[in-house]
Amino acid sequence: MRRGELEHGPRSEPHPHGVETAATPDSLSLSITVEADIMAACREARLLAERAGLDRTATYHVATAVAELATNLVRHAGGGRLSLRRLLTPPGVELIAEDRGPGITDLRLALSDGYSSAGSLGCGLPGVRRLMDTFSIRSAPGEGTRIEATKWIRP
Amino acid sequence: MRIPILRLGRILLVSIQVDLTDTDAMQFQSDLVARVAEIEALGVAIDITALDVVDSYMARVINDTASMSRLLGAEVVICGVQPFVALTLVEMGRELLGADCAFNLDQGLEMLRERIAQRGDAELGEDDDAWPINN
Repeated sequence: MRRGELEHGPRSEPHPHGVETAATPDSLSLSITVEADIMAACREARLLAERAGLDRTATYHVATAVAELATNLVRHAGGGRLSLRRLLTPPGVELIAEDRGPGITDLRLALSDGYSSAGSLGCGLPGVRRLMDTFSIRSAPGEGTRIEATKWIRP
Repeated sequence: MRIPILRLGRILLVSIQVDLTDTDAMQFQSDLVARVAEIEALGVAIDITALDVVDSYMARVINDTASMSRLLGAEVVICGVQPFVALTLVEMGRELLGADCAFNLDQGLEMLRERIAQRGDAELGEDDDAWPINN
């Protein structure tokens, strides 16, 4: 996977909503444990995507992907970390969702449309894959899950 | 946070303006079905103009709420889906919003009124004044 260079900026103020953050304007790492964190993450993702220069459609795609991934962290993994960062070469935004939850037994099934283990619509992960430009997932039962996804800025 | 349910004759209006937690969603759905049953509402308009991010969870809450109201016998219309929400939902997957949609509350109420008139099984309000449109 191609990785962009991280642009460093000054440390930001503590998060106003009490969410634990270690943030620079172009990267942030959020602890996601309760439902309120999902909305906060979604908001942060939108701001970061806008700052990174994504167009509005792409910004909403990223914000929605973050909502899906954060929802999964809360519902399936008992919490985890969501990291967002701006990539410079090539320009884009990278999302990483990481947890130490139960892991996914059958990845192919989890990535297929219409499958849900929690009685939802069953398009969370396949939806994220379609919304983002790159998508990779690593998971093993008992070892948690790590999902990386990128959205590139189209010239 | 509790979502207010407004009554307009035998139509109910709800406006979802924030993402709902599980608890909020269940509270909202039980409040709404209770109200639909109580006044035997003929129509329900769900306005989501204020939602600019709708993920599959919120889409499911909206769909479920629409299905519940329909099961009781009410017509349902979803109003005010934002352009970027539409772009994202279609990109994410098919049939994310199952119910009929209208541009805005105004058009949504018009659609409900037409459909209720087509059913022809009940009057919209106690008297014509209960229906503010065209009056």
